[in-house]
Amino acid sequence: MTDTTQSIMPAGPVIKGKLSRDDIIMRGSMIIIALYLVVSLVFPLYAMLSKSFSTYRVELSQYEFQVSDEAGTFDGSIMTGAELNARSGTFADAELSTGADGRLPVTGFFPDFSFRSPVMYQIRNTTGTGRFLIGSNLQTGTEWVTLDSNTFRRVQLRPVQARGLDNFVSYFSTPALFNSIKNSLWIAVLSTVVTVSLAFWFAYALNRSCMKYKGVFRLIAMAPILVPSLLPGIALVYLFGNQGMIKELLFGASIYGPIGIVIGSVFFTFPHAFIIISTALAISDARLYEAAASLRSTPWRTFWTVTVPGARYGLISAAFVVFNLVITDFGLPKVIGGQFNVLAVDIYKQVIGQQNFEMGAVVSVVLVIPAILAFAIDRMVQSKQVALLSARSVPYEPQPNKKMDRIFFAYCTLIGIFIAGLLAVCQFAALIKFWPYDLSLSLNNYQFDKMDGGGWGSYVNSIKLALMTAVAGTAVVFFGAYLVEKSKGFRTGRAIFQMFAMLPMAIPGMVLGLAYIFFFNNPANPLNAIYGTMAILVVCTVTHFYTVSHLTAVTALKQMDREFESVAASLKQPTMKLFARVTVPVCLPAVLDISIYLFVNAMTTVSAVVFLYSPKTTLASIAVLNMDDAGDIAPAAAMGMMIFYTNALARIIHLLASRGILRRTQAWRSR
Amino acid sequence: MLQMTPPKETYLSIRDLWKAFGSFIALKDISLDVKEGEFICFLGPSGCGKTTLLRAIAGLDLQTKGSVTQGSQDVSNLPPSERDFGIVFQSYALFPNLTIEKNIAFGLENAGRSKQEINARVAELLELVGLPDQGRKYPAQLSGGQQQRIALARAIATNPGLLLLDEPLSALDAKVRVHLRHEIKELQRKLGVTTIMVTHDQEEALAMADRIVVMNHGVIEQVGSPTEIYREPANLFVADFIGEMNQISSSVAKGGRLAVGEKTFACLPHEFADGTPVIAAIRPEDVIPHEAGYLESSGNRNCIDVQLAEMEFLGSFWRCRLTNERFGGKELIADFSINAVRRLDLEAGCQMEIELPDNRLMAFAKAGQGA
Repeated sequence: MTDTTQSIMPAGPVIKGKLSRDDIIMRGSMIIIALYLVVSLVFPLYAMLSKSFSTYRVELSQYEFQVSDEAGTFDGSIMTGAELNARSGTFADAELSTGADGRLPVTGFFPDFSFRSPVMYQIRNTTGTGRFLIGSNLQTGTEWVTLDSNTFRRVQLRPVQARGLDNFVSYFSTPALFNSIKNSLWIAVLSTVVTVSLAFWFAYALNRSCMKYKGVFRLIAMAPILVPSLLPGIALVYLFGNQGMIKELLFGASIYGPIGIVIGSVFFTFPHAFIIISTALAISDARLYEAAASLRSTPWRTFWTVTVPGARYGLISAAFVVFNLVITDFGLPKVIGGQFNVLAVDIYKQVIGQQNFEMGAVVSVVLVIPAILAFAIDRMVQSKQVALLSARSVPYEPQPNKKMDRIFFAYCTLIGIFIAGLLAVCQFAALIKFWPYDLSLSLNNYQFDKMDGGGWGSYVNSIKLALMTAVAGTAVVFFGAYLVEKSKGFRTGRAIFQMFAMLPMAIPGMVLGLAYIFFFNNPANPLNAIYGTMAILVVCTVTHFYTVSHLTAVTALKQMDREFESVAASLKQPTMKLFARVTVPVCLPAVLDISIYLFVNAMTTVSAVVFLYSPKTTLASIAVLNMDDAGDIAPAAAMGMMIFYTNALARIIHLLASRGILRRTQAWRSR
Repeated sequence: MLQMTPPKETYLSIRDLWKAFGSFIALKDISLDVKEGEFICFLGPSGCGKTTLLRAIAGLDLQTKGSVTQGSQDVSNLPPSERDFGIVFQSYALFPNLTIEKNIAFGLENAGRSKQEINARVAELLELVGLPDQGRKYPAQLSGGQQQRIALARAIATNPGLLLLDEPLSALDAKVRVHLRHEIKELQRKLGVTTIMVTHDQEEALAMADRIVVMNHGVIEQVGSPTEIYREPANLFVADFIGEMNQISSSVAKGGRLAVGEKTFACLPHEFADGTPVIAAIRPEDVIPHEAGYLESSGNRNCIDVQLAEMEFLGSFWRCRLTNERFGGKELIADFSINAVRRLDLEAGCQMEIELPDNRLMAFAKAGQGA
């Protein structure tokens, strides 16, 4: 039928389309947002990676010395630093490997040295890379410098930077450090198993039973999203700590350590697992259950052959999300981890405690590996779940079953008590004058200005940050998603953009924050000016939570008719007019969802910003951490609950606002 | 109708157009001229490249090679916004949050028109598509057919030189579809706008088009008026795709006659050499029924005796399955009028004779052989 003789395209140039003004605007904007992601994500991560391979070592062979006699005449005999050290044995080899700020004094090379002596010294670098300090003056030249004894005392050798695996070698040869890998994995796996099991039955009860008060349970289950992850830690301290209300229940075991971390992790990851599993259970097909019933399958068998396989992608996805959240979380193990070291806290300790930035970078690289793996597997699973969703199915309608409904109700009540209980303990602790000695109620703990952490200013800063993140982040994310979804051609550019947009999800907050130090705190960086300002906190937070926001926007945009842009072009109307008049109004629910997501996360985030705040930009969530660190646990709980109430209020406002706006702008939805 | 109007100038000219998606070639060396004011249908099975061609004409997906000239302007590499066309999609693509009026007015804005002018034009267009009092509603409040009319009004609002319709009726149910295709055709005639419609529905194409472009596997199989396409299909694909066609294996005998078994039939002129295996083809409605013994009495050599194996009543005619071992186990399908069936007293199982008129019997190359 088909003429196959002429099916080979003639050679010659391919038609290159002329770009319209819209194409140029859209590509230009996309490049700008891509550049934002490069600067706020790729460059910092690269800086961190390169830091982890940076080693600093004082190369003694790069220095030469001469000593004069008492009259100040030099006899011309020259000794290298290496020879002097070999002779005097001043520094062991390990001492020569230092950090970026390492300094070694040189007087030890000369056993007869006395700063009052009239003996003169000469020192020089033998290579252009050698560096030493006289007082605070850096000497990099290779000419001889003559110094008297008193000045020679102030000479310090500086290390040379090199690239190598030394940092990793030293990491893996320090049991205290690499034990954390085991600890982190163990905690993450255990928390994942517990959370996913609990969340599955909770979601099952809400989707598949006819019990009462489902709405209330749903609300309670979502509450932990509104608080920083370290808040359950504070509640657990009050319950099971050294002076805990019910510490007897632990039978002598300590809450400080794995037990506390796991219980707290279950608390703060529960809503994430619950949402995913609930979605998976909600889409199951009633026809399968009818088929199972008509084949006289027992409920137990139906459960294992229909329910679980139907929800398996949700379960796997939930497991990886929880795993990722736990292994990258910093706040909770910081508060309740005690002597139990995990990776995220190690980064903090290395950087803040020991100022060992290279080692912090090494731990970050180690932490990124499981995080990226979990993320990649989750993405693969999610893409499969979409295929499952597209099948047309009949929604499952649960039938009342008195006994089962009562069991599920009891179960959900227990979970509800666990979640609401921990929050209540925090609120209670915040209102007690001095636990456990003076149980009278007072608002003393709300006098944040009297504590460490920045006082009420932190709270105001947090709200500023949350609002700015919500507004700027939503604008950038939604516009970026629109550009990448709806611009024509430019396939490579769009693929790269998509990749950048997915990357933040795989990068733990601690790693991102540390990477920002390396990148933005570099004086050579023209963007150095934003270091220590609110701007860097906004940039960091937007980038940290970019992926979920981006996916929300993309999902909403994919539901828009693909041909709107074609229609607008055929009518000779600018794409930006279409964007403003149609795309944004139609996607308004998603836009509002993105903004509240960014707001809530900006209020609760600790991990990324803990490295980046300055005395002027302290944050409420950081204040919780710092007050807890300083022993002001009750004020920490009070501030944590302030975050909770603020977020709850924000959600209520968001709900009312979306309803109001939707009623006005989305009248077209009603038939 | 077409013959009565004076010959028009070529408005759209496509030359040597190729489109490749990676290694897959979607359009192969397409050349086509569309006259001013003409209604053209691109017809073909799904995946034949008809939508790809339409999108290349619109500039929505640029061709890989070849040129498109519209008016007298070479638009080959221009973006859609710099071309002159209105487009209607299968999905309507109405802006859901804008009222019908605002949808239609969307393309009228920013062109130096005053508010009154725009409003007047919108009212005129609503009148034109027969929905004068629906302007304040939202698209979701209209039926599918109404939405498609609004999409049409929006597309023609700016008086484009070219109207492109991408399967505009496929999403509608059958009755609305028939009704709307009349209206679209009527509107197009009234406006005189050059129109290209993509469809996979042959009935739609036959009913609406001035000329049909039949496409398959990225090439144009035939271009012609609906009657040409139907009566004189250029090849077996067109013959088979449009309407129904009986196909009987045969070979060319002396004098260009078609041999089926030991019997030969006169047929329409063709260019096959003697002895070439070909397909003899005839439409079911072109088969003429006769009573047994007709051949003897008339001497018409294009007759053959058959057994009427099965009859199916389809309202206005009978569809009959006729067998004869010469057809190589295949049945011949024939549509007989109710009159003829009554006159010849036909019933399932009876023996009869049929005539394959020489001015209706066609010879085609077998599938896979060059034309």
